[in-house]
Amino acid sequence: MEFPEDLKYTKEHEWVKVNGEIATIGITDYAQEQLGDIVYLELPAEGEAVEQGEPFGVVESVKAVSDLYAALSGTVLEINDPLVENPETLNEDCYEEGWLIKIKIGDPKELKNLMDCKSYQAHIKEETA
Amino acid sequence: MTTPGTTGLILEEPLLCEQSVKGRIGFSLPPSGVPESNLSNLPKSLLRQKSAELPEISEVDGVRHFVRLSQQNYCKDAGLYPLGSCTMKYNPKTTEAASKIPGFANSHPLSTTEGMQGNLKLIYELQEYLAEISGMDFVTCWPAAGSHGELTGMLMIRAFHESKGNPRKKVIIPDSAHGTNPASAAICQYEVITLPSNKEGILTADAVREVMDEEVAALMVTNPNTLGIFEENILEICEVVHKKGGLVYCDGANLNALLGIVRLGEAGVDVLHFNLHKTFSTPHGGGGPGAGPVGIKKKLEPFLPTPLIIKENGTFNLEWSRGQSIGRVKAYFGNFGMLVRAYTYIREFGPEGLRRISEMAVLNANYIRKNLEGTYHLPYSKPVLHECVFSDKLQKEHDIKTLDIAKRLMDYGFHPPTIYFPLIVPGALMIEPTESEPKASLDQFIEAMKTIAKECQDTPEIVKTAPHKTFRGRLDEVKAARELKLRWTT
Amino acid sequence: MRYIPHTPEEIQGMLKIIGLRSVAELFSSIPDSLLQEKPLKLPPALDEMTLLRHLEKVATENHTLPRSRSFLGGGVYRHYIPSAVGELVRRSEFLTPYTPYQPEISQGTLQVIFEFQTMVCELFGMEVSNASMYDGSTALAEACLMALRIGKNRKTILLPSSLHPEYTQVTHTILKSFKDNIVELPFSKEGGFETAALNDYLNDDLAACVIPYPNFFGVVEDVREVVQKVQQAGGLVIFCVTEPLSLGLFESPGALGADIVCGEGQSLGIPPSFGGPFVGLFAAREKHLRQMPGRICGMTSDNKGRRGFVLTLSTREQHIRREKATSNICTNQALCATQMTVYLSMLGKEGLKKLAQLNWQRAEYAKQKLASITGVTLSFPKATTFNEFVLKLPKSADSVLKDLRTKGFDGGIALDRWYHELENSLLVNVTELNEREDIDSFATALKEVLQS
Repeated sequence: MEFPEDLKYTKEHEWVKVNGEIATIGITDYAQEQLGDIVYLELPAEGEAVEQGEPFGVVESVKAVSDLYAALSGTVLEINDPLVENPETLNEDCYEEGWLIKIKIGDPKELKNLMDCKSYQAHIKEETA
Repeated sequence: MTTPGTTGLILEEPLLCEQSVKGRIGFSLPPSGVPESNLSNLPKSLLRQKSAELPEISEVDGVRHFVRLSQQNYCKDAGLYPLGSCTMKYNPKTTEAASKIPGFANSHPLSTTEGMQGNLKLIYELQEYLAEISGMDFVTCWPAAGSHGELTGMLMIRAFHESKGNPRKKVIIPDSAHGTNPASAAICQYEVITLPSNKEGILTADAVREVMDEEVAALMVTNPNTLGIFEENILEICEVVHKKGGLVYCDGANLNALLGIVRLGEAGVDVLHFNLHKTFSTPHGGGGPGAGPVGIKKKLEPFLPTPLIIKENGTFNLEWSRGQSIGRVKAYFGNFGMLVRAYTYIREFGPEGLRRISEMAVLNANYIRKNLEGTYHLPYSKPVLHECVFSDKLQKEHDIKTLDIAKRLMDYGFHPPTIYFPLIVPGALMIEPTESEPKASLDQFIEAMKTIAKECQDTPEIVKTAPHKTFRGRLDEVKAARELKLRWTT
Repeated sequence: MRYIPHTPEEIQGMLKIIGLRSVAELFSSIPDSLLQEKPLKLPPALDEMTLLRHLEKVATENHTLPRSRSFLGGGVYRHYIPSAVGELVRRSEFLTPYTPYQPEISQGTLQVIFEFQTMVCELFGMEVSNASMYDGSTALAEACLMALRIGKNRKTILLPSSLHPEYTQVTHTILKSFKDNIVELPFSKEGGFETAALNDYLNDDLAACVIPYPNFFGVVEDVREVVQKVQQAGGLVIFCVTEPLSLGLFESPGALGADIVCGEGQSLGIPPSFGGPFVGLFAAREKHLRQMPGRICGMTSDNKGRRGFVLTLSTREQHIRREKATSNICTNQALCATQMTVYLSMLGKEGLKKLAQLNWQRAEYAKQKLASITGVTLSFPKATTFNEFVLKLPKSADSVLKDLRTKGFDGGIALDRWYHELENSLLVNVTELNEREDIDSFATALKEVLQS
């Protein structure tokens, strides 16, 4: 499993890539593997507000469903429309093509609540133990 | 000894729409025989412009179609069907004969009460039998299935609390419960508090005490639970809940273990639903219909759904509305045809026969458990009643999971057990043989399970790619969900 | 006991293997205080012959009249069911499996469900259908719950009082705990939709408006304006069909713009059976698919590329989504859905039209014949009806029904049980089972009853 070093992570298995005041959010390799073949994705509309730790969408495989929790608070700038049409991309490439939403960061201070690659991997280990 | 699985000639059968030939019909229509009105008198805007594209076939085509399709099904009448928590027992043919009696089948629910005395009597007596069996004070027969019964029961619980000034906010549900429990509680707008079972697979009074407060409307418990284990702390748990003014709801899905053995009403349960299609053997019909009567204690009587059957001097009347009643839960009188079958079943067995059902159901489950112990991992060691739950832990070492074992069982001629439920057992195999199965068929099943376990070690590929002998191989569920085709279109 | 195969020797042998000495020990995990010592107080077991004789006697106490001498409808319709239907549906392979959780050995049930979904969509003129609900009344309640989910903050649901009264009651019960606002709209002078009554509710709180079609009085009307107004206000239109045979003659709800269609499939091949088991029908526009309740079957292929069917979109359902599921339904009415599918297969495209026309013809004849009796009028003389209509009598419908029964007729349904304003009104249903002679003698009997 792959966990890029330049990303931040949440306990709910989402990743965040920060670029100035814009954050891109997706789900991790671990999350996509746990879900299995992803068949459906529900994302918020552009302009909607999301709140750190609160659900903003849904991802589904054949036999499992999982809420998507916002890694940071902010306003949705863009959603990955092609991904909604082809959610299987999440299984193939969850860090590049498979990004979910881009938001305008509401509160940069929240960044400190996120984990780096190392502590996220430790978190997975703990969860699976 | 051999297992019954083999290959047989099962015929391919296209959809009827693909066989449709213009001008064919499978129905014989009478002439109108009355002076005809002119269709053109009807406003054109009301007339159907595009016909419903129903297939055009002869009766012969239709009979072959459905016979061929039926032959693609495995069914209880063909053999062991050990779906845990579904109680797939034999469905006596007498109950079918009873439901066909024209006085029942042709009776109309909006007839006058004089025109339904027999039906009302049958339902009234069935209510009394179910009350006696469960130790509850009253029973309503209107819910159409188990989950409809849950909803009815929870609505009564909500009404009970409302009558005391506060509907309360929460419902406690163990993590081993059926998904219908939280879903039913949610329709009553209750927040669900999930309660973990302990290491032994049961609830403890302490665990309940910890989450129980005066905003909890009810605890929903299944007894015996979905591991097949009797919730031995039930008396104390009910006390804990009652002390805070809450009520105890019991999911009666597993009542087949307790007929004539335990009356759950005596354990402190306030509301209990029955699954007539499980315990009282109305046929499962490929997914339904069922019937889900609900038993209640006296304190909930004012909230019973309408209508109520009232017996006065040997005549049956209907009370259409009642002040605090939750109201009507279904049009007419429940799934009456199912009530007739369950009534027939109870009358044929009688009190000793009903007890025998539970004794033999529990004997069969324990026999399987004992024989497969060691071959398959038993996640909980407590004694069980009518069903037993194994896991795929031992087979995982050979990279084989529960799904593979289930599929391989088909090759040996059995319907697989319930799999991946209860959720608290990873890779669960939940086996409920029921009382209908003779020792010989259990022995065959045990042999098949043992053979599969051996295959997992020696020839894992054959298990991973199973089934091999069925009409269809593994179906692509991912494709079904991604490329949705939910109806035929040309 | 013929349904329990165990011999005493087998029982002893099995107990020995388990490591127990007696059957009683099987229950040692149960606290002693709960174990029953006495047998249940139930009537003793009966042999098959005595039992069926007893049941036949109970059934006789209904004094059920021949179907041809009954004019009872009101959401439960007497129609002829071809012999092949019952024969096929009672095959063990349809009757005794459960939900097709294992598709490799359940293709028969799954393909039938797929064909059922196709037929429901065709009948209703809709895009997607589920595998069945309990019945029409609970299907309507589910449709309202679905509209509340789709409408998010919209809370008003409009139920016209021309809707089947028991359906209205059920909807009230099931939606009881929601902070919704169920409004009952009056019916018009001609027994139809009172369009003007809509105006107060065309705002952003409107979740859905229900349109009974035909309505409880048998009335079929052009509701395009209602549909348009509701949808313009952002609400959903739910059609509720209790007599789907009418759709062989009248325009489909889909063509009229329905967002959701629910209904009762009983009239298509299922006997009255005192009100159940029947089959709830449920269809919707594809864009609302994820909000639909109930099981859904889809087409796919197996590992060898052969066509096959599976249950799909299960993540909506209770066994996966638990308290967040679209419904709590698990067991549905699969066998009744099968029965309807077999019936509609035999009836076919042309049969559906012809049978619908035949029902309309017989009902039109009966309508004229009965309304020509002195003192009897039609309550809604200008309304278009299908196979059911309302008669206004010169005296209490209840007493007339009682007298008609002594003459061997079930004359219909007295409407004042639900409608105070429809005193002395009788809902009369006429189907292909009522021949001219039945209608004529019914008219004669009614005349005599009214004269006495």
